[in-house]
Amino acid sequence: MLSRDQVLHVARLARLELSDEEIERLSGELSKVLDWVETIEELGDLADTPPTSHVVEVENVLREDAPRPSWPVEQVLDAAPDAALGGFRVPSPGAG
Amino acid sequence: MSELLDLTAAQAAARIHAGDLERGELWRFYRDRALADDLNAFIWVCDGDDPEAIDSSGPLGGVPIGIKDLFCTAGVPSQAGSKILENYRPPYTATAVERIMNAGAPVLAKTNQDEFAMGSSTENSAYGPTLNPWDRTRVPGGSSGGSAAAVAAGTVPWSIGTDTGGSIRQPAALCGIVGLKPTYGAVSRYGMIAFASSLDQAGPFTRDTTDAALLLQAMAGKDPCDSTSLGLPEPVRLPTATDLTGVRLGVPEELTGEGIEPGVLDAFRETLDLARELGATVETTQLPHAPHGLAAYYLIAPAECSSNLARYDGVRYGFRADGRDLLGMYTETREQGFGAEVKRRVLIGTYALSSGYYDAYYGRAQKVRTLIARDFEQAWERFDFIVSPTAPGVAFELGAKTADPLAMYLNDFCTVPMSLAGLPAISIPNGLSEGLPVGFQIAGPAFSENRILDAAHALEQAIGFDGSAARA
Repeated sequence: MLSRDQVLHVARLARLELSDEEIERLSGELSKVLDWVETIEELGDLADTPPTSHVVEVENVLREDAPRPSWPVEQVLDAAPDAALGGFRVPSPGAG
Repeated sequence: MSELLDLTAAQAAARIHAGDLERGELWRFYRDRALADDLNAFIWVCDGDDPEAIDSSGPLGGVPIGIKDLFCTAGVPSQAGSKILENYRPPYTATAVERIMNAGAPVLAKTNQDEFAMGSSTENSAYGPTLNPWDRTRVPGGSSGGSAAAVAAGTVPWSIGTDTGGSIRQPAALCGIVGLKPTYGAVSRYGMIAFASSLDQAGPFTRDTTDAALLLQAMAGKDPCDSTSLGLPEPVRLPTATDLTGVRLGVPEELTGEGIEPGVLDAFRETLDLARELGATVETTQLPHAPHGLAAYYLIAPAECSSNLARYDGVRYGFRADGRDLLGMYTETREQGFGAEVKRRVLIGTYALSSGYYDAYYGRAQKVRTLIARDFEQAWERFDFIVSPTAPGVAFELGAKTADPLAMYLNDFCTVPMSLAGLPAISIPNGLSEGLPVGFQIAGPAFSENRILDAAHALEQAIGFDGSAARA
């Protein structure tokens, strides 16, 4: 069972501010899911099995290092919740 | 009018090419049907005229298409079913969508989906659930449930979706249509809002295998904007096979036994008999590590999503919540912007990647992935295809599985092994069980799309499924 502190720790890493109700519910739900995914333990020692991160063999891809036009700044800022002075405006990181 | 509804996309394209059908008439017919949709299959429908910039002399013939919400489409809402991307209209269009438009299909609608493609029922959409046209009290499957329901209901002639662990094949099965997940890398992922990058792959939803081939032909291709894209080694051909002479089918015990509803198994076995009559050999086989695929998948996919979804911080696009400072704004935005399932997966993924746990979880899951890929390698020495039911059951009631994440995850049991191995697989309609559609899955080696489509075509002709009831 994941403790309240463990859920809070992971939530902090994931930049999630959870409500008390969510912390309560999630510690149960996450524990259930983790218990279940741990069934991969049944496969025993996999020291000699290489991990697969990419299934189809690919070669590295290179391109010419040639300048190309970028997106117009205004077009990109169009989607921003708060744009100012040609950039993204955000709250102050704070003193602490 | 109902005559237009009876046409497959390929038939409609052929009529437009021949000058027997005016493209604007087809556009208006489907636009009006899509605008009148009562399944909540769409998040956005174009209410304007047939886009003239699309050249209907291309192979897709001006036949309008529905696009899963998570494909970036310039100037059109592209929100991945999430509140955190509310009102987001991207400045560019995903390569797969651009290729479809260049081949002559105008975008009619954006289809509903589980938030960030996380789910198997489309109930995790921030824009409400989609209903199944065969029974409106039931789910259409997911995560591409809107794309599947719309094609089944005839509110779009065809559509595209994405499949990470079954999100094309399972909803296609539950809605009684064709869904094809291509080999990983066949279609560019550029502009697809990412869920789990090593698994995500785009593919078609269609009424039949000919339409699926036609659409895949347009979508597939190498793309300089996605360095993992490979295209397909040979052009996609329209399928013509009417028999299965000499085709060797492997039936894995692990995907055809416990946990599969009896009605689904009956339909599966009947189609195996049909396959034999068409000349195929059918043999039982094993994919010994497949039962562990689901657990490995539910570590790999959340781990990758926790990384991919780190970008949603309220700064550059979409939704932003107020916060006392910068960190407070990030955490509040994510708390309010993400739904329950997305939070669950982000937390599991973050946990699985966190210091001290990486080797036991993510690292080990990647090794299981190797074992599953090897199981398939061995199968290809004896078989042309691996076949199974697509989903363990028929469409379930809305709300039946939302309270139990593990029960929901089990929907992906038969589709996840192919995803982990990057293999192509198709689901075709395989009759009804309790009045609801059942899917038959055919998986093959990497880049065997043409052979899969041919085998699926032969079976499709023999099964003779009639999906018109859902289009009423």
